[in-house]
Amino acid sequence: MTNTKTLAGALLLTTSFGSMAMAQTELTMWYHGGGNEVESAIITQIVDDFNAGQADWMVTVESFPQGSYNDSVVAGALAGNLPCILDVDGPVMPNWAWAGYMQPLPISDAAIEGHLESTIGRWGGEVYSVGLWEAAVALYARQSTLDELGLRTPTLDSPWTLEEFMGALEAAKASGKYEYAFDPGMAWTGEWYPYAFSPFLQSFGGDIVDRSTYQTADGVLNGDAGLAFGAWWQSLFTEGYAPGTSQDPADRDTGFIDGKYAFSWNGNWAGVATLDGGVEDVVFLPAPDFGNGSVIGAGSWQFGASGTCAHPEGVAAFVEHALQDKYLAAFSDGIGLIPSTTEGAALTANYNAGGALEPFFGLSEAQALVRPVSPGYVVAAKVFEKALADIANGADVADTLDAAVDEIDADIERNGGYGH
Amino acid sequence: MASKLTTSNRAGWGFALPGFGLITLFIVVPFFFAFFLSLTNQRLISPNPTEFVGLDNYSNLLSIRVLSIEPVVNDAGDIVRDADGNPEYPRVRDFTRNNPDYPQYDGMREWFRWHSGETAKVVVATDVVFWKSLRNTLMFVLVVAPVQGTLALGLALLINQRLRGINIYRAIYFMPVVVSIVVVSLLWRFLYAEEGLLNNILGALSFGMFEGRDWLGDPDTALGAIEAMSIWQAVGFHMVIWLSGLQTISPTLYEASSIEGASKWQTFRYVTWPGLRNTAILVLIVITMQAFALFAQVDIMTSGGPLDSTTTVVHQTVVRGYGKQDISGASTISVILFLLVLSISLIQRYLTREK
Amino acid sequence: MAAVNADNHGLRLVTRYVVLTLIAIIFIFPLIFMMVSSLKPDLQLLRDTSSVRAFLPVGDISLNNYTAAFSRAPVGLFVFNSVLVTGATVVLSLFLCSMAAFSFVFLNWQGRDLLLSVIIATLIVPFETIAIPLLLLVSKLPWIGFDGLSFGWLNSYRVQIIPWIADGLTVFLFVQFFKDLPRELIEASRVEGATWWQIYRRVVMPLSGPVLATAAILKFLVMYNQYLWPLIVVQEETYRPVLVGLQYFFQLNTAWGEIMAYLTVITLPVLAFYLVLQRAFIASIASTGVKG
Repeated sequence: MTNTKTLAGALLLTTSFGSMAMAQTELTMWYHGGGNEVESAIITQIVDDFNAGQADWMVTVESFPQGSYNDSVVAGALAGNLPCILDVDGPVMPNWAWAGYMQPLPISDAAIEGHLESTIGRWGGEVYSVGLWEAAVALYARQSTLDELGLRTPTLDSPWTLEEFMGALEAAKASGKYEYAFDPGMAWTGEWYPYAFSPFLQSFGGDIVDRSTYQTADGVLNGDAGLAFGAWWQSLFTEGYAPGTSQDPADRDTGFIDGKYAFSWNGNWAGVATLDGGVEDVVFLPAPDFGNGSVIGAGSWQFGASGTCAHPEGVAAFVEHALQDKYLAAFSDGIGLIPSTTEGAALTANYNAGGALEPFFGLSEAQALVRPVSPGYVVAAKVFEKALADIANGADVADTLDAAVDEIDADIERNGGYGH
Repeated sequence: MASKLTTSNRAGWGFALPGFGLITLFIVVPFFFAFFLSLTNQRLISPNPTEFVGLDNYSNLLSIRVLSIEPVVNDAGDIVRDADGNPEYPRVRDFTRNNPDYPQYDGMREWFRWHSGETAKVVVATDVVFWKSLRNTLMFVLVVAPVQGTLALGLALLINQRLRGINIYRAIYFMPVVVSIVVVSLLWRFLYAEEGLLNNILGALSFGMFEGRDWLGDPDTALGAIEAMSIWQAVGFHMVIWLSGLQTISPTLYEASSIEGASKWQTFRYVTWPGLRNTAILVLIVITMQAFALFAQVDIMTSGGPLDSTTTVVHQTVVRGYGKQDISGASTISVILFLLVLSISLIQRYLTREK
Repeated sequence: MAAVNADNHGLRLVTRYVVLTLIAIIFIFPLIFMMVSSLKPDLQLLRDTSSVRAFLPVGDISLNNYTAAFSRAPVGLFVFNSVLVTGATVVLSLFLCSMAAFSFVFLNWQGRDLLLSVIIATLIVPFETIAIPLLLLVSKLPWIGFDGLSFGWLNSYRVQIIPWIADGLTVFLFVQFFKDLPRELIEASRVEGATWWQIYRRVVMPLSGPVLATAAILKFLVMYNQYLWPLIVVQEETYRPVLVGLQYFFQLNTAWGEIMAYLTVITLPVLAFYLVLQRAFIASIASTGVKG
């Protein structure tokens, strides 16, 4: 009982202090960093600096764990209970914008000039969200592995071809030194599948939906390129090159470091852990070119204004404040993300010229392709994820992709074309 | 006389109303709302207006047909055969995709097939995943309900004895229940892994004869693995229910049977079991309900895979309602599940009625 | 002759304990794994999972994971929230559900069978299937608080408690138990002029120790392990319960050691609750004197 009283007292105290702080208009922000101490510390710093630096707005942060963040926002929107400032994952933004959960962000062009294009969320010709960072995926390998197997080191200008890539996997398999040649990361279910694997499909020449109209997936997901991709994808598992959907999540985290896998398809966020894990000769190789150029996914977390927010200009002021290079660098140093500007990158420990993770900045600039910019992406991504899991588990490629196309098309139709 | 003593509309309603009112407001009303949604095209997220679509959602889920496919015939009129001498058949997608001759099969997919002579009989459905989830759920119920109920009774009898330290065992048997199913599922993923503990133990016990299996990655074993874990996790729960039933049996009955010189089995058969009637009905119904609601284990351990071999009806409602934003489709599944379980419990009730 | 009997008895006793212990091992090993793992650094923890070392506190043992877990998330607050919500719900649930069951079993009144059928039927509605309609409902419900009438129950303890108080399973549990109580007792009390409230309070409840303990444990488990519901109705950390808090530990590079530490911490209140309630069982077993 005493405990409750103290708690209530403490709450009362904080609120009264809060309301005493002048005539600043309060803006609540939802952020996905719950449980990430470093990230929370940086965001708190940014908010504190902002609140102290001007007299109009007072931002307060409510943190959510990332894994359930989207569900919380959707529930909040259904119940009519959204904050002013929303944190949104890049590919999800069009869905929320279309549904009215978000409104255009009145940010000046000058503030976003020179930022990586994929960190700016546009829908219907307007800017809805802006991100402080980007993420990139690379093929992790050891230099010693490449040397032992006699493999050419691929570069941005001259990535591996399909034959070279499969040759590398075959060589690694034949060496008998690895449990599996290639770890695509099947244990990471969810958005990882479309984010990490749809670029393979795009490199084959296919896509999740037809980006010329966004009205159908027919012909791009199950066309010749899609079928070729599917057959290749299935062969990774049937030929024993890669661990399947039942991969132990622990192996996903440590398998490459422990030497169980020769190559690992992983994001820049794992770079520091890999170096710390004792893999000093790790190299970050660009995605192979399967015929239609090398592609990696793009679009990370961004800030925007919720649809019910009465002060979008306050949100814009906060976002402009947060876009300072020193904060971009702080996020990068803290949690390993790629800053959205070259100037920001220069301030970082890992992405400056010669930094350990510099290759990722190049990858982001050269190969990044955002996921389909459509409100329908959210559903298409789930369908794509299941199709890839099924194909990996031996389902018929053509039937599975056909079924995926039917489901995506039916969803687009049920939603009246998603406003394209 | 007795009935008059116990008849009172005012007291009856007064005692029942608070609980019944809450149940109505927080379960019955939302359920009727879900039923209403199943007749519309409501999306979880959408600026588009909601439209009434009648029974479309139901027919999308339930449409199922049998397609007869004749073997491929070459120019000479002979059946084309593969190396093993089995006839070759045209692909199902030739009939179900953009084929104006077979409009009734449009958009359907193969669920399974059997052969009648040289003709292949293919069962096709618009929503194969839903049918698979229905099959998996029924399989789960059919295995888990009897096995878990029986094991729980065995444990309850074992634990219902006066023995020094029995309370420690009682606490231990109940422990898996105490830990959240979410936690338990996470832990068992480690055990079931290809390089995991279960394979290593089986390998050691069989002196290396047993080759490791990918328990959760193989469509043949995944559902069984989840069943085994679920039985293990919740058996203590039902043990406790049986135990509270055992304690209501009057000790004088046991004394009487021991004076009559009854064997242990006879005591169980003629004293214990009849005394457990109401408990048995309770356990049976609760296990069945819980088994039909199977979700968390599947979500954490397999996400319904591999190849839909572990997806369940409730898992499908969540996948569709939240993941795919199809709240009307998910509501339709809820209604179908409700009707299905309702008919099963009516049957159960008929079979266990007091004769 | 007597000696042989004693030997036999001793052997049977040993067999009994061996059987009980073997079964106990089957039930406890994942929990040992959890607790032991909570003491290990991540890399070692993951490497140990494939061998017996998973169950042994060997290698680099420390409480670091606990320190880290407590600094990553407000663990104490989450546990406090869960215990508060669970405790309140269990108490109210036992009260209202036993009252309803009492009425269904011992009283005759119009509409009784229909109401009971409706309640039993709600047993077959999995919560996941009504979560969204329920969310829309509670976001509009009125509430009278210190600051007058307001609408919407989100972000509160009440939204986590009130919808869960009454449920079909608990009512059903009491109904099945009350059916086994001697009805003559009730009728005798009526003849003596006792009110229904007195019969409920003085006659039936004192006999209901075992079922109260059972219902309390089952309800406690359901409430303590709430995930989907608080996830969608609580947006402020202040009211978050333990399983939603678990999500704090699933980051890009999952901290398994901290997860194990967190899981161990949040399991303790349930264990404590069960051990306390177990005394109710022990008491009733002692009084019935069931022999093994």
